[in-house]
Amino acid sequence: MYQYDQYDQKMVDTRVEEFRDQVNRRLAGELTEDQFKPLRLMNGLYLQLHAYMLRVAIPYGTLNGKQMRMLGHIARKYDRDYGHFTTRQNIQYNWIKLEDAPDILADLASVEMHAIQTSGNCIRNISSDQFAGATADEIADPRPWAEILRQWSSFHPEFSYLPRKFKIAVIASDEDRAAMRLHDIGIQLIHNDAGELGAKFFVGGGMGRTPMIAPEIRDFVPADELISYAEACLRVYNRYGRRDNKYKARIKILIHELGAEEYIRQVEQEFTHMKELGLNPPVEELARITGYFADPPFEDGASDDIDLSDPDFALWVDQNTAAHKQAGYAIATISLKPRSGIPGDASSAQIDLMADLAEQFSFDELRVTHSQNIVLPHVKKSDLYTLWQKLDEAGLAPANLDLITDSIACPGLDYCSLANARSIPLAQKISERFADLGRQRELGELKLKISGCINACGHHHAGHIGILGVDRKGTENYQLLLGGSAAEDTSLAKITGPGFSEDGVIDAIETVTDLYLEQREDGERFIDTYRRVGMERFKEAIYG
Amino acid sequence: MVEVIRMREDEPHEEPAVSLDAFLDQTNATAVRIEAGEDARQLIPFLDRLALIEVDFPVFGDGRGYSAAQILREEGYTGELRASGDVLVDQLAYLKRCGFDAFAPDAPINPQVMAQALDRYEDVYQGTTDSRAPIWKLRHA
Repeated sequence: MYQYDQYDQKMVDTRVEEFRDQVNRRLAGELTEDQFKPLRLMNGLYLQLHAYMLRVAIPYGTLNGKQMRMLGHIARKYDRDYGHFTTRQNIQYNWIKLEDAPDILADLASVEMHAIQTSGNCIRNISSDQFAGATADEIADPRPWAEILRQWSSFHPEFSYLPRKFKIAVIASDEDRAAMRLHDIGIQLIHNDAGELGAKFFVGGGMGRTPMIAPEIRDFVPADELISYAEACLRVYNRYGRRDNKYKARIKILIHELGAEEYIRQVEQEFTHMKELGLNPPVEELARITGYFADPPFEDGASDDIDLSDPDFALWVDQNTAAHKQAGYAIATISLKPRSGIPGDASSAQIDLMADLAEQFSFDELRVTHSQNIVLPHVKKSDLYTLWQKLDEAGLAPANLDLITDSIACPGLDYCSLANARSIPLAQKISERFADLGRQRELGELKLKISGCINACGHHHAGHIGILGVDRKGTENYQLLLGGSAAEDTSLAKITGPGFSEDGVIDAIETVTDLYLEQREDGERFIDTYRRVGMERFKEAIYG
Repeated sequence: MVEVIRMREDEPHEEPAVSLDAFLDQTNATAVRIEAGEDARQLIPFLDRLALIEVDFPVFGDGRGYSAAQILREEGYTGELRASGDVLVDQLAYLKRCGFDAFAPDAPINPQVMAQALDRYEDVYQGTTDSRAPIWKLRHA
């Protein structure tokens, strides 16, 4: 994986000093909260309901054991002994003191990490495929491209006061594990007819109050024009994105209002001008970065045989491991969705253990997924049983990847100042109701996503089953949505009808899953049956 | 009275800036002020005779002026480019990177804090109109 050189290190070290100075000026009263707010936000520091929350960047979700261990250290030393892995492949801490924040950033910088631009109206952490570099279905590793974009977007002077936040994802396979088309810019690496590697751009996707799927706006951008093309996309947005209403300020609204064709015309005009400005790193820079993502030293001829005589282990292998490009290896996903747990939370001891296991069994690499789980990307199949035993002892071996209890949930009203309803207790209750693993596996792949308000941090629009918490006359009320997908078959879920109480919405989910079991045809997942049968049939079952 | 911080060697331009509409109506003005929503590209035909362009920031979080400045410098404008309005010390470094070389902040800026803010980062990750060599260029020099 990528390693900082002296330039990268100096940038984050300088950032720590800058923020220390800004915090001191804030504490001394030289900065008002209004003036300080955008500065702290660009260092990932939010003011939540009860305390400051710090969001730490994990670029494209990739980190090593040492970095992971530092995340555990921060949880122990500065927080309440746990951290929360997020849908942006980051981690956040919920109980941070402002005066500690500079020290935390210094600790992070000591392991080549930071919290730069994890918040604010700027270009956020670049996300990517959690199976990058390990899966056979990618045409190239997308992470070097994400790293080029990370460096370009860090401290970008023209694009740090955008109309609204800006999220970019890069993938390199047809199967989309990163919700690419639900980003402000989604990039898919492709080969053109001449066999050159380049980027297909989708712009203007997103969730929030007005969910939209990004339209394709350019079928091929060459590697050595990537940055000037991205600049052109951003400049049109920075100049013409709406600033009169923060709920209409995302780029998706601009593109929706202009029409994709007009947006493309303006971007192309800007691009023609910008590609002459010398903004693009040479191909040698992409090659330099790509070198850091070379395959680890896999063992040739490692066996593909796995002893599955332990039935619990066999279930975990079946559910939580994926095919690796290298014979004898597997991609293992650690589910952070135990029964009654908080989706995405891990204790410092669990974080430390995952760091150890990555070093021991996965060439010192971990990934964070947008579904709030952790991946060990390169595990030898003959090590899987030992790995699983250690995970199981630590409560890290739920065999529920992509099943109904592997839900995404936002922090909700337990933490968030924007929320209308709690998300976490609902996720916990659902995990109780559907605790039986046999039943979950019978239901098969089922993406359940819960947001505590219309800002949609819990991705409810993209859930096969989505839940949206609203406030109805002072009581929490939950709307049920069906039919969303964040995968390559991207679709937006639709609301079934009137909302429910907390228990009521769980009953409704059960009604819906029962109908699926009754209606499904051979090999159909829940989403397939829903698409074939249609909303009306499901509505009838729910509302009678 | 707003004090103007200038980072240019030449003498301050005496003529007051006129609005963009007024500028486009009259042929001989040499100083213009553009508001956040106005299109800087309308000035491109006149850059040779302009000595001062003032770009207003109604609130510091309105970042349109950064693009306006970049566009003007990319088109070869060499006169004074002044950021006015809600211009705060913590935005100065980015403003300078986008080509501003004068600041007319609504509230006075502490010169010591300003000097620190402008000198803090030795390197930059991306090319802009300030011509500083991005890190990728240093790596492959």
